[in-house]
Amino acid sequence: MMPPMTCVTPPASPATDMFSRILTSGLIAGAATGLIAALLQLWFVQPVLLHAELYESGQLAHFGAEAVSAHPDLGPFEWTRNMLSVLFTMLVYAGYGLMLVALMAAAEARGHAVTARQGLLWGLAGYLTMQLAPAFGLAPEVPGVAAADVQLRAIWWLGTAIATGLALWLIAFGKGWAAWAIAVVLILAPHLIGAPQPETYSGPVPPELSAEFAGRALGAGAMAWALLGLLTGWFWQREGQRAPVPQPA
Amino acid sequence: MTAKSATAAGAGRASVLFPAVAAFAIGFGLIFMSGLVQAETLHDAAHDVRHATGFPCH
Repeated sequence: MMPPMTCVTPPASPATDMFSRILTSGLIAGAATGLIAALLQLWFVQPVLLHAELYESGQLAHFGAEAVSAHPDLGPFEWTRNMLSVLFTMLVYAGYGLMLVALMAAAEARGHAVTARQGLLWGLAGYLTMQLAPAFGLAPEVPGVAAADVQLRAIWWLGTAIATGLALWLIAFGKGWAAWAIAVVLILAPHLIGAPQPETYSGPVPPELSAEFAGRALGAGAMAWALLGLLTGWFWQREGQRAPVPQPA
Repeated sequence: MTAKSATAAGAGRASVLFPAVAAFAIGFGLIFMSGLVQAETLHDAAHDVRHATGFPCH
C-alpha cells in the first residue's frame, strides 16, 4: 500500500527563488506571445509564403508568355504543418522570453527596476536585436530566393544579433562616451563587414512577393516583440511582488 | 562600504547571476534548436517559422 503523499516544501534559496521567478515570467509571457505571433503569421505571412512556394516548385512562373494571376488558389488549410508552426513559434518566443527576463533580472540587480511600461522598450530593443538588425543585411527570405551558404548566413546572423544586443545594453546602461562609442561601432560593424550574399540571382519568385513577405515578417515580428516586452515586464514585476523580498544577510 | 555590506551585496548579485545565466542559456538553446540547427527533421518541422521569423533557413 502506498504511503500517504505528503507535500513538504523545502526552504528555497534566493537563487532558486530567482530562477523560478525568471522561468515563470519568461515562459508564460513567451508562450502567450508565441501563440499570438503564430496567429499573426498564419494570417498575414503564411499566405505569401504559400504563394511563393508555387513559384519555387515551378507550378507558377512569371515573365512567361502569359500573364499570371496574382491571386492563385493556395489550397486547403494544412493542419499538421500549421500546428507545427504554432508549436515552434511558441518555442521560439519562449526562448526569447527567457533571454529577455534573464536580462531584466541582471538589470534589476544593478538597480534598474522593470515594469510593463519599461518592458515595452525592452521588447523593442529585442526586436531591433533579433529581427531588424539581422534583416538589414539578410532580409526575411521568401522560399526560393537565391542566398549564400546557410552556415555563413547563420554565423553572420548570430554575430549581428549578439553585437546589436550588446550595443543596446551599453546604450541603456553604459556610462560615458566610451560606452556609447563602443555601442555605435558594435551596431555598425556587422553591416560594414556585410552579410554573405549570393554569387548570382536565380530566385524564381516575383519581387512583389519577396517584398511583401519581408514587410509582413518584419511587421508581425514588431507586433510580437512589443507584446513580448509588455508581458515579460508585467509578469516579471508581478512575480517579484509575489516572491519574498531577498534580505541582505 | 563596509566589508560586511560588500559581502551582502556580492551575495545578492551572485543569487541573480547564476539563475539569470542559466535561464539565458535555456532560452538561447530554444532559439538555436528552433531557428538555426540544420538537422533535416527540425528544419522541416520549423520551416515556415524560420522563414516568417527571419532566420536563415535553406
